[in-house]
Amino acid sequence: MNRLFFQPHQAGLSKVQAAEHTLRNINPDVLFEVHNYNITTVENFQHFMDRISNGGLEDGKPVDLVLSCVDNFEARMTINTACNELGQTWMESGVSENAVSGHIQLMIPGESACFACAPPLVVAANIDEKTLKREGVCAASLPTTMGVVAGILVQNVLKFLLKFGTVSFYLGYNAMQDFFPTMSMKPNPQCNDKNCRKQQEEYKKKVAALPKKEVVQEEEEIIHEDNEWGIELVSEVSEEELKNSSGPVPDLPEGITVAYTVPQQQEDSVPDVTVEDSGESLEDLMAKMKNM
Amino acid sequence: MADEATRRVVSEIPVLKTNAGPRDRELWVQRLKEEYQSLIRYVENNKNADTDWFRLESNKEGTRWFGKCWYIHDLLKYEFDIEFEIPITYPTTAPEIAVPELDGKTAKMYRGGKICLTDHFKPLWARNVPKFGLAHLMALGLGPWLAVEIPDLIQKGVIQHKEKCI
Repeated sequence: MNRLFFQPHQAGLSKVQAAEHTLRNINPDVLFEVHNYNITTVENFQHFMDRISNGGLEDGKPVDLVLSCVDNFEARMTINTACNELGQTWMESGVSENAVSGHIQLMIPGESACFACAPPLVVAANIDEKTLKREGVCAASLPTTMGVVAGILVQNVLKFLLKFGTVSFYLGYNAMQDFFPTMSMKPNPQCNDKNCRKQQEEYKKKVAALPKKEVVQEEEEIIHEDNEWGIELVSEVSEEELKNSSGPVPDLPEGITVAYTVPQQQEDSVPDVTVEDSGESLEDLMAKMKNM
Repeated sequence: MADEATRRVVSEIPVLKTNAGPRDRELWVQRLKEEYQSLIRYVENNKNADTDWFRLESNKEGTRWFGKCWYIHDLLKYEFDIEFEIPITYPTTAPEIAVPELDGKTAKMYRGGKICLTDHFKPLWARNVPKFGLAHLMALGLGPWLAVEIPDLIQKGVIQHKEKCI
């Protein structure tokens, strides 16, 4: 986060204060509430849980979504603990230490794997670590990778809140090969977090209580009782015209197509009318036009 | 694990049984007792082997810990204050030990003096939850960190000895 917000004139401010100032300048209509503390301590954790359960748009109501943009395992586990206890849906995001991979993850307590259900997932690197690790240096930082991960996180949030597209439970980003793996993970029935196990039980009960949905295939046929005038539906473009205006579609992998195709030259097609060369000079032609 | 010597030392530290954090009321008290027992044993072992290198104590609730550690280099004893807080996700996550007086003096440290451990530590700790406790954290975390950082800091002239001993 600090790579995306902090500017030199903000030196001395905490990260969240600087973020608030920058964001408020971008959109003054957003409401901000800022806290700067270590959420892993016993005192602060209680306050943190309280703000999740009471800090919604309407005071006293829980928030709709929690987004984790922290940079360490301990903080993530702490957020996980809070959300499992409160049954709070949240999304976690992260960038690897070598800064060439990242991921986002959606966690719905009881329904999907929580952060403690499995050891931390790693986007496979497929690179020689030696090309990245320098002796004596801990970690790399690429604001570009963070920008990409931030983008896919917010995109997932929009899809989740506004109910469009497919919300990914897990979306990875491998910057070296430009690979975006997706997947979803079921919760672990033996998860170490007892609240996760409890949420799993509650979710199973909720699913069992839903009415059975019958999948009925209905073929919609538009039938009119009578068709006195014999009206038929015909395409605006004739079959032959369609064939003449389409060209070959190139061999493309799944998920990519062309915006339109260009027909190949046909020898026996009717020639269009072309301009004639009358032998007049350019100046003559310009004068001719002027005198029209 | 680190090296043979560390492995041996750690194998002589009693492991803990209760998987409880500071929010678990009575179970936390149980865990605290086990922590103290393990720490006392570890310090005793060190004294017997003439490698006594730290002291630790906590507040009444066992959530804040503080003490001293020392490191011998070239016959000189260097002493440092240490402190840490128990995170609510303990023992799943290990506490972050801080050596405040070395803050800003080494790259292997976060702001506030929290030491940066090697890549090996976290997976090792994760695999041994809840058996590992504060004694193991000292032996596998702070100990090796001091062994790498202090000689380097001395050599660079960043720290000077406060008292001569031995």
